[in-house]
Amino acid sequence: MSAREPKVVFERVSKTFPKKKDVLQVLQDIDLSVAEGEFVCLLGPSGCGKSTLLNIAGGFEEPTSGTVRIDGQLVDGPNARRVFVFQEYGIFPWASVWDNVVLGVRHRPKAEQHEIAQGVIDLVGLTGFEKAYPMELSGGMKQRVEVARALAVSPDVIYMDEPFGALDSLTRLTMRAELIRIWNTRKPTVLFVTHDVDEAIQIAERIVVFSARPGRVAGVVDVPLEHPRDLSSHAYADIKRELYGLLGVVQAV
Amino acid sequence: MNEFVLPSLLLVLSLGALPLVSRLRSGVRTFVMPTLVILASLFAWHLACAALGTRVFPSPMQTAAAFGELFESQRLLGDVVASLFRVTFGFLLAAGIGIPLGLVLGWSTRSFEALNPIIQGLRPISPIAWIPIAILWFGIGDGAGVFLIFLSTFFPVTVGTTAAVRNISLVHRRSALNFGVQGLELFRRVVLPAALPQIITSLRIALGVAWLVIVAAEMVGMDSGLGYLINDARNAGSRYDLVVATMIVIGAIGIVLDYLIRRLERFDEVRWGYVQR
Repeated sequence: MSAREPKVVFERVSKTFPKKKDVLQVLQDIDLSVAEGEFVCLLGPSGCGKSTLLNIAGGFEEPTSGTVRIDGQLVDGPNARRVFVFQEYGIFPWASVWDNVVLGVRHRPKAEQHEIAQGVIDLVGLTGFEKAYPMELSGGMKQRVEVARALAVSPDVIYMDEPFGALDSLTRLTMRAELIRIWNTRKPTVLFVTHDVDEAIQIAERIVVFSARPGRVAGVVDVPLEHPRDLSSHAYADIKRELYGLLGVVQAV
Repeated sequence: MNEFVLPSLLLVLSLGALPLVSRLRSGVRTFVMPTLVILASLFAWHLACAALGTRVFPSPMQTAAAFGELFESQRLLGDVVASLFRVTFGFLLAAGIGIPLGLVLGWSTRSFEALNPIIQGLRPISPIAWIPIAILWFGIGDGAGVFLIFLSTFFPVTVGTTAAVRNISLVHRRSALNFGVQGLELFRRVVLPAALPQIITSLRIALGVAWLVIVAAEMVGMDSGLGYLINDARNAGSRYDLVVATMIVIGAIGIVLDYLIRRLERFDEVRWGYVQR
């Protein structure tokens, strides 16, 4: 663990869903601490509960037991201090790029709104598209709008639930690089859910590996590589092997 | 026999041209092909009248003459206005009440539970069945017409709006929650705009129904309007040429109404709802 202040702290978080006569255990005793400004990936197979954990941290769902605290405060509902970037475009298709981005700062004075919105729109590379509607944008650009909308509120934490899952593989690569560039500029705390091993190694400072259902922390792997990360380096391959081992997946076919 | 030759030839020609025309580029094609089909129908109609030797059912030419008569008598305009007035008024009333009600029903489970059964119970009753009651309450005239149009449009608009709100995606609801959008602002910023494309579709369906219902209502329980004109033409010496001419006017106005309401679908705020889904 780094010496930075803990930002998000999960304590023995468990989640069960009722299922006919039985209960479905989705998450079991998750303990995890994320530092201020840290970029953490939650990596695991589909259905391992990693998205559920994110929803709990975002206040959209309640844990069956255990707690999530941000800056020591109990999470008990959604809040604009911690914002989501959704996979299936959460931006509003009926509003222009600009109106989407100012959503979180709509109660601030106009001049301030303007400064913030233009700042994040420029940052995510959408300058000139302020008046466009989401349907006129590509998948990658929509996702940029969503990131801009999240950054506009200068949140304590950004939750990203497979944000690039719906994009084609080339756009995904570009968006990863963009995300790292943006993260380096603002240094928000990021919790990023993915099932893509390469994606996790490319972007995360630390990777939390989940076991299949019920989701448990199978291991935590640090990624001490500098950006831009070389996919063909030995260090990269070592981390990848370690992750596949934790996931219990055969790498070579 | 001569009277059959030319129309038959034209019928065959217009149908025979279809395969040729179907190779044209789509801009021309989508105009020329339906025109040919309409022409062929007119020739077939003409031939059928001539072959049967009917004196009651009008031929296309007689119908065209009846149009002239309708326009000259200046009666048509009055009846068109009467029908349009009832439809417009009843439709706006139904939209004004049905949309807000549908928004509430769609968002609040409790109000849905309380009100949906009575709405579903009243909905399958044909507006035509209400005609006696409409006349009882409002007498013969515009009041009854507006009431019947209100009934026939209120249910599709309310039910359509309710469904639209219930269909709002979880991600958009969560986005709203996440950025603290709540109360009336939630309706204005999220619920209404998210539901709007589907609301417009339900308005479009409702307006189509209204135009069907008003003609029937005017035939039975009113003393003006296009429906009344049809009934009157039949009763006044079986003027079926006027009947058919009026029917064509009704069809044409129906097309115009649909075109006008479809223009709502073009706004930037709602266009997304018609391309993605």
